[in-house]
Amino acid sequence: MTTSFVLRRIGFYVLICAITLFFAVPMLWIASAPFDASPGLGVQWPDWTLENFRRTLAHPYAMHSMVNSLLICVTTAVAVTAFAALASYALSRVRIPGRDALLYGLLLLSSVVTGTAAMVPIFVMMFQLGLIDSRFGVALVMTGGLLPAAIFILKDFVDAVPKSYEESARVFGASTLQILRDVVLPVARPGLATIMVWAFVNSWGNFLVPFLLIRSIDKQPGAVLMQTLTDEGGSVNLQVLPVFSLLFSIPVVVLYLLVNSRYGFRFHGGIKS
Amino acid sequence: MTSASAPPVPAEPAPGRGPGGGRGPARDVAGLGVGRALGFIAPALLLIGAFLIFPALWTIYIGITNYRLTGVEAVSPSMVGLSNYTRALNDALFHNALWLTLLFVLGSAIIGQNVLGFTLAWILRRARPAVRRTVEALTLLAWILPSTVVAYLWVAFYDRDGGTLNSLLGTPGTAWLIDHPMLCLVVFNTWRGTAFSMMLYSSALQAVPPSQLESARMVGASGWQTLRDVVFPHIRGHVLTNTLLISLWTANDFSPFLLTKGGPNHASETVPVYIYNVALQGGELGYSSAISFLLLLANLLVSLVYLRLLRRRS
Repeated sequence: MTTSFVLRRIGFYVLICAITLFFAVPMLWIASAPFDASPGLGVQWPDWTLENFRRTLAHPYAMHSMVNSLLICVTTAVAVTAFAALASYALSRVRIPGRDALLYGLLLLSSVVTGTAAMVPIFVMMFQLGLIDSRFGVALVMTGGLLPAAIFILKDFVDAVPKSYEESARVFGASTLQILRDVVLPVARPGLATIMVWAFVNSWGNFLVPFLLIRSIDKQPGAVLMQTLTDEGGSVNLQVLPVFSLLFSIPVVVLYLLVNSRYGFRFHGGIKS
Repeated sequence: MTSASAPPVPAEPAPGRGPGGGRGPARDVAGLGVGRALGFIAPALLLIGAFLIFPALWTIYIGITNYRLTGVEAVSPSMVGLSNYTRALNDALFHNALWLTLLFVLGSAIIGQNVLGFTLAWILRRARPAVRRTVEALTLLAWILPSTVVAYLWVAFYDRDGGTLNSLLGTPGTAWLIDHPMLCLVVFNTWRGTAFSMMLYSSALQAVPPSQLESARMVGASGWQTLRDVVFPHIRGHVLTNTLLISLWTANDFSPFLLTKGGPNHASETVPVYIYNVALQGGELGYSSAISFLLLLANLLVSLVYLRLLRRRS
């Protein structure tokens, strides 16, 4: 009994250690390579330096691509949140004929039509609209892609907001607009913040849409610039890429921590492509 | 539409269910009315229509034409019926892509993420909080990092000259991404996606009554018997949901392109990468749309099964 218990304990810790190593070791690259004077990629104690950061900041497109990412993703996040908030409020509070079918259709749509399955028509459509090489066009496509899931998640949130608040506001004679602005909006704020962060993180990591639609290097967001950094002269730019990866990850991790600490994070099965 | 002169609709006096009954707490206390509610939904529907529904329908149309990208000149496409589909039937590279996608889904989603995610959820369930938090934070970090960053992190990890993997395994000079591209992709995707399965199974396991686990232990059931006869029946729905979702995401994932671009010599060219290569490298928009439509159909099938399961559970 006791030997089997001890063996089981040992087995448990061996397993835990193996799995932890599996997850931790690749992560070491992102923690050490940016600071390594000769990032030969191997397991070695880095030759600590900040030279790579200087090079990255001096790179003609690195920081510029962050600005592009920011432009695209803030536009996407704000648009997704605004339009999803309006739609989910109406869907939650008003019994529109065919509402359930609509929601069912939205859920289906968000999983069926993915970036990879629709890349050709999106490319052709944006080409004919003259929106190739437009950051606004990229934001539009991403907004369309994220909206169905966003509406679905937000509607759950709005359903949970007590209607008694709205009722008392109406009893005191508030107009529809006042109720929305002064009662519904403040109460729904956690849901809206979550959706905004979710949309931002999803569009920040999106590679395919900007890769298809953006041609010139000075309009590329960070996700696409990383691809460019590995192609320059056929080899990986090891001075810039690790630092860039680190900097590019920071906003996403910070936002995640923020949402997690303030509202508690829930998985909502995002579109990851 | 934003004028403040809303008609003074009296507040709904009846508590609980809204007018019309049915599911969902629909009670129009803000006094929107159906007309204005539709106005609220319209902008979202317009965007979804333009950037999801319309492209999906257009895929069908382009798929039956011989639309090509030939340099600057735009050749006006003509209808070719189903010939793109018959071509797909006989296209060895498409068969190759299907097989590789299947391998990718089976290896990294159905087996890798599922098994590792469940194992983690199961063994962390009673681990010390510090251990649990550390492992969870690591896997979650892998999940939330931007996919391009994770892809290049693994490219560096697999690198032939001094990549971490070669140093660790003592196999200098092995070009993993060239010699074993599919294995590399499976490990990469397992690493990246396990957190989702882990979280899902963690919450599922909380629903297993502790008393049943206790009595299984009392009658001396082995760990495997407990899992099979006590735990699994409780979480069957979660297993199905999880497997379907992560399979769908993996089958549509474009990140193999970031690691290998489908190479070497098509050895890791999954369907999404093949679609891209046919459309934008080969310029054959018609043919690639036909394949896209097949991918859409497969997605639809998986999603319908998923929704059916979801409805049965609720």
